[in-house]
Amino acid sequence: MEEIKPDRTINIKGLTCPYTFVKSKLAIEDMEVGEVLEIILDSEEASRNVPKSMEDHGQKVLKVEKVSDTDWVILVRKEKD
Amino acid sequence: MELTDEQIHRYSRHIILPEVGGKGQKRLLSARVFIVGAGGLGCPVGYYLAAAGVGTIGIIDNDTIELSNLQRQIAHSTERLGMNKAESAKKTFEALNPDVKVTAIKERITRDNILDLIKGYDIVVDGSDNFPTRYLVNDACVLSGKPLVSGAILRFEGQVTTILPGDGHCYRCLFEQPPPPGLVPSCQEAGVLGALPGIIGGLQAMEVLKLILGKGEPLKNQMLIYNALTTTFRKVKVPKNPGCPVCGENPNITELQDYEADYCEMRF
Repeated sequence: MEEIKPDRTINIKGLTCPYTFVKSKLAIEDMEVGEVLEIILDSEEASRNVPKSMEDHGQKVLKVEKVSDTDWVILVRKEKD
Repeated sequence: MELTDEQIHRYSRHIILPEVGGKGQKRLLSARVFIVGAGGLGCPVGYYLAAAGVGTIGIIDNDTIELSNLQRQIAHSTERLGMNKAESAKKTFEALNPDVKVTAIKERITRDNILDLIKGYDIVVDGSDNFPTRYLVNDACVLSGKPLVSGAILRFEGQVTTILPGDGHCYRCLFEQPPPPGLVPSCQEAGVLGALPGIIGGLQAMEVLKLILGKGEPLKNQMLIYNALTTTFRKVKVPKNPGCPVCGENPNITELQDYEADYCEMRF
């Protein structure tokens, strides 16, 4: 899979559900359809819930990757306003 | 306008709804709602609108708080007996949510002041307790094109309808004239069980939020009737009446009238 370049990155380490999704949703609201949001977080629960909620809201989750002992990186493409 | 961190926390359960989001919350914060009456209905309507972050609320009531109000008028309290109801509601709503600016108007609503009072607001809520005011508010909203969420309660029954002038029905499409005073229950016959205004006021608040957000279907061309004893909700169709005296094709009410009749002053 070729490298996807995010249009915007948010670091929400330290946040827990539901604020992880609240912050991610607010970020993607301000973006254009087709753009990619990169979310960096450190909650295992959120690494499962944020992608699921994003899909529920009609966005496309491109990647969920554990990048260190504590951190995950999630890539979401905005599909709809 | 950007949401502050505190607002993101306060409204997080709104923001995670697909139908609301940050954009919808900003719409709520910029919305302006005028509430007629700070009694049984006005209290829960204003309480929930303030909680939801409706940024500007106007509320009018000329009465003072009496002990017999407190069994259902939840924005007031025992220590505020004797205080003006609009003023008490303002204190309660602003304490709940400092994002909300409440204007309390300690006057009676009349044909002389209503159009000026509602002019700066997007939506009007009727929580009044008498027919003259109900018809005054209806006619003023129709004549000035303001959406109106109307509610009424008596004993164990309540009703809600949403009037979108030019688009749907109005109160006079259903009942052209107020009932004659003899048909209105006398003070002795009237009563209301405490939680009823909470249910009807909650429905009115929800209609207002939907109108602000532009989501769902308003109670347009219909009236919702709730019976507490049987726990039933009934929807009655109220088609727009082409012969309606105020919103019909050839209206004969083109300015506000004298609405005061000799009604028993029921206080709900």
